[in-house]
Amino acid sequence: MTRTNLLIKLSPWLFTIGLFVVWEAAVRIFKIPSFFLPPPTLVAQAFVDYAGPLARNSWITLETTLIGFALAVGFGLLLGLLVGWSRAIYAGLYPLMIGFNAIPKVALVPILVLWFGIGFIPAVLTAFLISFFPIVVNVATGLATIEPELEDVLKALGASKLDIMRKVGIPRTLPYFFGSLKVAITLAFVGSVISESVASNYGIGNLMLQAQAQFQVPLIFAGLVVLAVEGIAMYAAMAILERRMTGWAQRSGFAQA
Amino acid sequence: MSAFVTLDGVDHAYAGAASALAVEGLSIAVEQGEFAAVVGPSGCGKSTLMKLATGLQFPRSGSVTVAGQKVSAPVKIAGMAFQAPTLLPWRTTLENLLLPLEIVEPYRSAMRRRKAEFAERAEKLLASVGLGGQGNKFPWELSGGMQQRASLCRALIHQPQLLMLDEPFGALDAFTREELWCVIRDLQAASRITVILVTHDLREAVFLADRVFVMSSRPGRIVVERKIDLPRPRDLEVTFTPAFTDIVHELRGHIVKARQ
Repeated sequence: MTRTNLLIKLSPWLFTIGLFVVWEAAVRIFKIPSFFLPPPTLVAQAFVDYAGPLARNSWITLETTLIGFALAVGFGLLLGLLVGWSRAIYAGLYPLMIGFNAIPKVALVPILVLWFGIGFIPAVLTAFLISFFPIVVNVATGLATIEPELEDVLKALGASKLDIMRKVGIPRTLPYFFGSLKVAITLAFVGSVISESVASNYGIGNLMLQAQAQFQVPLIFAGLVVLAVEGIAMYAAMAILERRMTGWAQRSGFAQA
Repeated sequence: MSAFVTLDGVDHAYAGAASALAVEGLSIAVEQGEFAAVVGPSGCGKSTLMKLATGLQFPRSGSVTVAGQKVSAPVKIAGMAFQAPTLLPWRTTLENLLLPLEIVEPYRSAMRRRKAEFAERAEKLLASVGLGGQGNKFPWELSGGMQQRASLCRALIHQPQLLMLDEPFGALDAFTREELWCVIRDLQAASRITVILVTHDLREAVFLADRVFVMSSRPGRIVVERKIDLPRPRDLEVTFTPAFTDIVHELRGHIVKARQ
């Protein structure tokens, strides 16, 4: 029993190491040129050589992402509560939101640049625009699925809509909300990196674009690794937050991972 | 017009269901302190009756009177319990019981000052249904029968004058159900609260009620009213006597007729 547990604990690390080993081996065995696919050892070398720029730019990307994400959380929560509050608002806004969500956000970057110029603000806004949608949908879903019997119990006591929202709606929406944050934070990364690559002088996205122009292929891959690591870290932070805030909703065997 | 709950010639249809009436010409009068049971084929509008009597829905025509007042808003003096316990999983059982007190006056405004007193009342109520000391457990740590007991307590915590039960024991196994019959029997005997129990279990209706009303299939109305004059207090043993089974049998005949 404890051996299986240990194995489960170790397995993410084993799989990650395994991936890099296979990668390195494949490059060596098939003699893939390093300008096509650099082996992990060369990527690691790039980390050492470009530690300064990588650290600076990854910090900028993280900052951009987090600000965009924070905006998305605030706005998404408000809009979700609004949409869940009234069926008329729901009916009116839903098609608009679906339409908006269908627009590839990279198509918005030129407009944002037109309005705000190249750099930080378009990246933040792209991160925001791409990540608020899942939050809205989840919050609204949480509110829409209140048990009607429970609503009856409270309404028969004279509870107002606000009472029901405060006592039942919002608490029961929290698992949906925190669940959506995990999706939203990853999307926010996508948004900020897209915008950095298209229209910025900073950030990992921009760094990768420049590395590509100078044919520094290992540095491009180092940028990818940085993004992956930041993504995993943020996801993990959201997962921990979720478990902290809504432990009552995570009691099935599936949640114990 | 001295009855505590009166529905007089009520027609009702839900919004959206344009033509189909849920109940039609529904008239029923339940006395104060009486235990009434409403039985009928499924889909006959029993739950509509509940909603009308608690002011969650208002009739298209006819009148609904509760405690001498025409119902034009949620009645606030009713407690409700359903087939699903609907306890909030993020609150402990005790906190779940306090929920109605956070809504309904005069408790609502006194909640902060008298919280300890209310919690003590909730504990006592829990103890009276055999859940003593379980208050700090979460509902999902309780069995189905225990959750349903807690749900009953939540319906009673604000000392309502009217208790509305909508198939509250429907999802329980036979033994737990009979246990809970006795719980509700004792609660009602102690408080003399007016109870309207909607059920499809005829034995349950006959065992608990002073009067049983049989509803027709949709659109529902009362087709038979049967006084149950089995002496109280009733023991579960009574359900095996010929007198008891005769009544159940007779009611069953009415239901069969009502389904046609």
